[in-house]
Amino acid sequence: MLNYILRRIGVSIMILFGSSFLVYNLAAYASDPLAELRLSTDDGARQQIIALTRDLQLDVPPPIRYFLWLKGVLGLFVGNLNLGMTREASSVQEELAYAIPVTIRLVLVATITALLLGLALGIISALRQYSRFDYGMTFLAFLLYSLPIFWVAVLLKEFMAIQFNNFLSEPNIPIKWMFIFSIFTGIFWSSLFGGERKRFWSVFAGAFATNFVILWAIDLTNWYLNPGLGPILIAFLSIGIAFGVTAISTGLSNSTAKKAALTMAGLAVVWYYPAQWIFNNFGSYLTILIMISLIVLTGIGLSRVFSKIDHGPIARTAIITGLMSGILILVDRIMQSWAEYSATDAVNGRPVPTYGQRKDQLVTTDFWINNLDIIMHLILPTLALILISLAGWIRYSRGALLEVLNQDYIRTARAKGLNERVVITRHAFRNMMLPLSSLFVGEFVGLVGGAVITERVFGWQGMGTLGIKAINSYDLNLLMGVNLLLSILVISGNLIADLVYSALDPRIRLGK
Amino acid sequence: MKLFGRKEKATGEILAGGENAIANKEVEGLSQGQIVRRRFFRHRAAVIALVALSSIILFVLTSLDTKIGPIRIPGWWKWTVEDIPELRFEDCPGGTTGCPTLSLNPTGDFGMGNHPFGQDDIGRDYFALVMNGARRSLMIMFVIGAVSGFIGVVVGSISGFYGKRVDAVLMRLVDFIQTVPTIIIAAVIGKAAGRVGPFFLALFLGILGWTGLARLVRAQFLSLREMEFVDAARVAGASNIRIAFKHILPNAVGQIIVSVTLIMAGAILTETALSYLGFGVVAPDVSLGLLISQYESSFTTRPWLFWWPGFFIISIALCVNFIGDGLRDAFDPRQRRRITKKDRLQAKLQIKAGE
Repeated sequence: MLNYILRRIGVSIMILFGSSFLVYNLAAYASDPLAELRLSTDDGARQQIIALTRDLQLDVPPPIRYFLWLKGVLGLFVGNLNLGMTREASSVQEELAYAIPVTIRLVLVATITALLLGLALGIISALRQYSRFDYGMTFLAFLLYSLPIFWVAVLLKEFMAIQFNNFLSEPNIPIKWMFIFSIFTGIFWSSLFGGERKRFWSVFAGAFATNFVILWAIDLTNWYLNPGLGPILIAFLSIGIAFGVTAISTGLSNSTAKKAALTMAGLAVVWYYPAQWIFNNFGSYLTILIMISLIVLTGIGLSRVFSKIDHGPIARTAIITGLMSGILILVDRIMQSWAEYSATDAVNGRPVPTYGQRKDQLVTTDFWINNLDIIMHLILPTLALILISLAGWIRYSRGALLEVLNQDYIRTARAKGLNERVVITRHAFRNMMLPLSSLFVGEFVGLVGGAVITERVFGWQGMGTLGIKAINSYDLNLLMGVNLLLSILVISGNLIADLVYSALDPRIRLGK
Repeated sequence: MKLFGRKEKATGEILAGGENAIANKEVEGLSQGQIVRRRFFRHRAAVIALVALSSIILFVLTSLDTKIGPIRIPGWWKWTVEDIPELRFEDCPGGTTGCPTLSLNPTGDFGMGNHPFGQDDIGRDYFALVMNGARRSLMIMFVIGAVSGFIGVVVGSISGFYGKRVDAVLMRLVDFIQTVPTIIIAAVIGKAAGRVGPFFLALFLGILGWTGLARLVRAQFLSLREMEFVDAARVAGASNIRIAFKHILPNAVGQIIVSVTLIMAGAILTETALSYLGFGVVAPDVSLGLLISQYESSFTTRPWLFWWPGFFIISIALCVNFIGDGLRDAFDPRQRRRITKKDRLQAKLQIKAGE
C-alpha cells in the first residue's frame, strides 16, 4: 500500500512538472507582458519596460526562465518557497495566502450543503422511482445542469438581494404571493409523500394551509425585521427532530432510543436560557466547540443511563438530535443580531449584500454581528454554487441507489425479513456511498474551478479573481502560482479519492 | 407516514419478471438499430427535445445571411448585426429605449414586430445579435463535440485495445491534460485566440475536453476485448484494426454517443462562461455569453437584454441533455420499460386471479 502511494506521488510530481512546463511556455509565448508599454510613446514607459524586464527576467527565453521559476518552487523543500513577484512587485505567495481561505470558505460550504441536499433528494427520488416526485427531480436536475452559473448569479443578485432589500424597507407580503408560494409548497410535499389521489390532496391541503398560516403570521408580526425562533418554537421543533431522527436512525419501535432522543430534546430546551447568557457574554468559536462536545458527552451519558446494552445506536440517535437542536439555538442567537446588524451605518437597512466577502466599513467587536456579516455575504454566492452542483448529486445518488437496490444482497436482506428501514439505511445506503465517496473529492475540485465565475460576479477576492487578474495583466508568475495550486489540488484530490475508495471497499485492491 | 414504500416494490418486482418477457417479445427479429430507435422514440422528453433542438437550429441558421466562401445565402430576417436602425422610444416602460416589440397577444398586434427582442444601446437589432450569438454557440458546441469525440474515441480504443505499455503512456497523457485547469488554460488560449476567431477557440477547447470520454472508451475496450466474439474473430483471421473497428467499437457506440452529447452540453456552457469572463469570443464578434456580460448591469432597467441570450443558452443545453438521456435509455440493454398505470392494474388483476 505504502509502495503504491509512493509510486503514485512520484508519477504525480512528474505530471506536475510536465504540465507546469507546458502552461508556463504556452502562457509566455501566447502573451506579451510589455505589449501595452511598447505601444506607448511616453518616456516613463521605456523606464518601465527596462524595470519590468529586469525584475521579471523577461530577457531570458521562457523555457529557461521556467527553470528559474522552478528553482524558487523547489525552495519549498529547504523552507524557502519563492513563487516570484507579481507585476506590482508584491510577492505571489502572499497574494495566494490571502486568496486561498476565501475560496475554500466559499466552496466548502457549498459542496457540503449541495451534497447533503442532493443526497436526500436523490435517495427519495430513487425510492419513489417513476413517481411524480421522481419526474420532477429529474427535470429539475436537467434544468440545473443546463444553467450557466453567471446567469443564475445575476438573477440571484437581482431578486434575492436588490428586490429583497427593497421589500425589507416596506415589508408586506401580497396575498397573491402567499397563495402562489403555498401552492408550490403543497405540490412539493404531496408529491414527496406520493400515494393515491386522496392522500395526495390531503397532504397538499395540509401543507398549503400550514405554509399559508406561517406566511400570514410572519407578515403580521413583521418577523423578518426582528427574526428569531424563541423557546416555544424551538421546543416544538426539537421534539419533531427527536421523532424524525429516531425513525431513521433506529426505528420508532426502539423505545429506549426514543426516550433518549426526547430527553436530549428536553435538555436542549431547558438549556435555552443559560445558553443565551453564555452566548451573550462569551461568544466565540471556542464556546461553540465546548457546547458541541458537551452535547456529545451528554448523548453518550444518556445511552448509559437508559440502557445496559447496545449503547451505540442510542448514543448516535441522542447525539444527532442534540446537535440539530443545538443548531436551532445557534441559528436563533444569530438571528437575534439581525435587527442590530441591519441598523448599523455600514448596512443601512440593506442587509443582503451583492458584492464582496466582508463589509469593510463595519466596525464592531461583537462576535455574532461579525459572523452574521460573513454569513450574509456567503449566502448568495453559495446559493449559486449549490444550484449548479446540486444537479450532479441528485443524478449520482439516484443512480447509485437504484443500482444497489437491484443487487442480490438487497433481495437477500428482504428475504431474511428485515424491515425496509434497515434494508435501506444499512444495506443499500452504505453500499451506495462507495462510488459517491470518490465523486466528492472530484466535485470539490471542480467547484474550485467553477468558483472563478462566481467570485467574479460577486466580487470576491479569491483564487479565481487572482487568476483572471493574472491573465488580463499578463502576469506570468501570478498565473503560475494559481495554476500550480489548482493542479496540486486536482492531483491530490484524485489520489485521495482512490485511497478512500479502496479503504471503504475491500473488493478494490490498489497497486495490484 | 410511509417512509419506505415496501408494498409497491413488491408488485414492481412481480411486474419485472413478466415485463422482461414482454420486452423480449417486443424486440424479437429486430436489428440493433431498430430496437434503439424504438426505445428512443418511446422516451417522450427526448423526442420533444429533439424536435425543439432541430427547430431552434433551423430557426437560428435560416434567420441571418450565411456566407460560404463567395456564395451568400440570404436569411429571412430584415436586420443584420451591422445595421444600426433608429432607436425605438414610444411605449417603452420607465423611459427606457429599444424595448421589444414581440407580442404574443392573439387578439391584439400578434407578431414579431420590428425588433422582437428589442434593441441594444446604440439601436442594433437584438434579435439579429442573439441569432448571431446562438449560431456561434451552436458552431462551437458541434466543433468541440466532434473534436473531443474523435480524439477521445481514438485514444481510448488504442489504449484499451493494446493495453500494457501503450495504455500506461496514454493514460498518463490523460492525467496530464486533466491536471491543467481547463478554465485557466482555456482563458490563456482564449485571450490569444480572440485574434484568430471562435473556430480556433472551439478547436482548442475540443483538444482539452476529450479525457473523460477516452477513459470511458478504454474501460469498454478493456472489458469487450476479453469477450468470446473477439476470440472468434481472431481465429477467423481478422486483423487488429478490423477487430477494433468492426467488432468492438459498435458495441461501445451507445456509451460514446451519450458521452459526446454530455460533452456538447457542457461545451456550450464552457464557451458562454469564457465569453462572459472576456476570454472567449470577443467584441465585435457576438456570442451569447458576451451579450449577457455586456448587458448584465442593465438588468434592472432593460431586462430583455438579459433574458433572451440566457433563454437560448438554456434551451439548447437542456435539449441536448434530454436527447442524451433518451439515447442512454435507448442504448442500455438492461433498460426496462417503465411501469405504467395500465401495467400496474393488469398485474394486480393477475395477482387476484392467481389467488
